[in-house]
Amino acid sequence: MLRPVPDTDGAPFWEYAAQGELRVQACAACGELRFPPRPCCPHCQSFESAWRPMSGRGRVWSYVVAHPPLLPDYAARAPYDVVVVELAEAPRIRLVGNLVGGAGEPLGSLPPESVRIGARVQAVFHDGLVQWVPERP
Amino acid sequence: MAAGSGGLKDATALVGIGQTPFAKRLPEDERTLACRAVLAALDDAGITPGEVDALASYTMEETDEVELAKACGFGDLTFFSKVGFGGGGSCATVAHLAAAITAGQASVGVAWRSRKRGSGPRPWTDTTVQLPTPAQWTRPYGLLRPADEIAMLTRRYLHEYGATRDHLFNVALACRNRANQNPAAIMYDRPLTREMYMASRWISEPLCLFDNCLETDGALACVVVSAERARDCRRTPVYVHSVAQSLPAQHHGMVNYWNDDPLTGPAWSAARHLWKHSDLAPEDVDVAQIYDAFTPLVLLSLEGYGFCGRGEGGAFTEGGALETGGLLPVNTGGGGLSEAYVHGFNLINEGVRQLRGTSTAQVPGASACLVTAGEGVPTSALLLRS
Ligand SMILES: [Zn+2]
Repeated sequence: MLRPVPDTDGAPFWEYAAQGELRVQACAACGELRFPPRPCCPHCQSFESAWRPMSGRGRVWSYVVAHPPLLPDYAARAPYDVVVVELAEAPRIRLVGNLVGGAGEPLGSLPPESVRIGARVQAVFHDGLVQWVPERP
Repeated sequence: MAAGSGGLKDATALVGIGQTPFAKRLPEDERTLACRAVLAALDDAGITPGEVDALASYTMEETDEVELAKACGFGDLTFFSKVGFGGGGSCATVAHLAAAITAGQASVGVAWRSRKRGSGPRPWTDTTVQLPTPAQWTRPYGLLRPADEIAMLTRRYLHEYGATRDHLFNVALACRNRANQNPAAIMYDRPLTREMYMASRWISEPLCLFDNCLETDGALACVVVSAERARDCRRTPVYVHSVAQSLPAQHHGMVNYWNDDPLTGPAWSAARHLWKHSDLAPEDVDVAQIYDAFTPLVLLSLEGYGFCGRGEGGAFTEGGALETGGLLPVNTGGGGLSEAYVHGFNLINEGVRQLRGTSTAQVPGASACLVTAGEGVPTSALLLRS
């Protein structure tokens, strides 16, 4: 499977994820959240940033179900879902991920037909990656 | 002419087009194919290679300016330009040449595309070379291919506006029907039916096989000169009426999920510029060549370029609107979906054929043609007139 190849702006996101935390880059001057991470704030041009913890709650904004031809590791898991999740506290921050049956379960572990736009999901962490599981009522 | 507005309007013209055969596999390499297409375009124009002094291409082009100039026997080059963002750059090549010629930096410009994606490698299969910055946020999760990235937007589009797979099929069918009329098209003799479409295999749901372009070997080129010079060329000039490039504010490339409104892509801002510098409006366009690496890009572009309202792209395709004789015939050579996928360059040449009156699916009396480059990525567009 492919591992993230972080750039300097993105590295903190992955370091927090490895510790089981979902954090999003925010401007230290005006407070605006931004994703993907970048060197300065598009609203006020400040170069100071902070990494703000998120609740990990979100909703499925869209999803696909990928079928081969795919890279071999991924083809072995296909068909699998890939989701875009909008964060509950910042709907315009959207993260690509996979909806899985439970924390630590692999890509493709949830039947793709159970994915719906608008479904409430919760972030979990496994092996340095953010995963998404259906929110338990 | 008012400064800063309309300076390029009809100031230059496309006077030559050339291409190689299109196939899944051609024996010659990209450089050779590029030379063949360029020399064919110059011959079509009746201009000798020694007169060429400007070149424009776009990224993911394997043949560089030095090699092309040396092999084809060009004169001293005084302008050369390579536009970024792959398929978004096709129309920008003509735009850059038009600007250079209008500004007096050159007099005979050639743009080209040579590609072996039918038999050669595809960038998404290479695990060591990451695509630009968004890759770290997407590829580990198995969002690997352009088809996956566009399918994500498509699912949201279908959900938000009630468009259906039948609307996507309308796009695929219009392109295939036109390809069935075009002997140069890869899908010349292969009709498509709704049954075939609905039963085809998924690539990335909601996109199936027929929503995806054809990976192709082939090369194309065109020649741009001043409107004044064009009057002495062999063919009827096709004027470059208006041009646009667009990289909208806060845009993120093809993985466009991080804008405030991911369903209004670069087409929208390209269109604002294009129409602002034009004497024409969308209703004046007789025929359109719309970048179709994937069927949903046509729906998004119909909205972006103002042929219908937001969310109405699906409904616009109903009733044969995109077919010959319809409201807006599109991709009359077969497009990337059914003629050849050569990063959209075939759409430029087909636009020229329509305005010369020599298309294999000629729109009677066509006098204005929109040509667009890739939607979803930083893009470009041309409005051509006869
Ligand atoms: Zn700020």
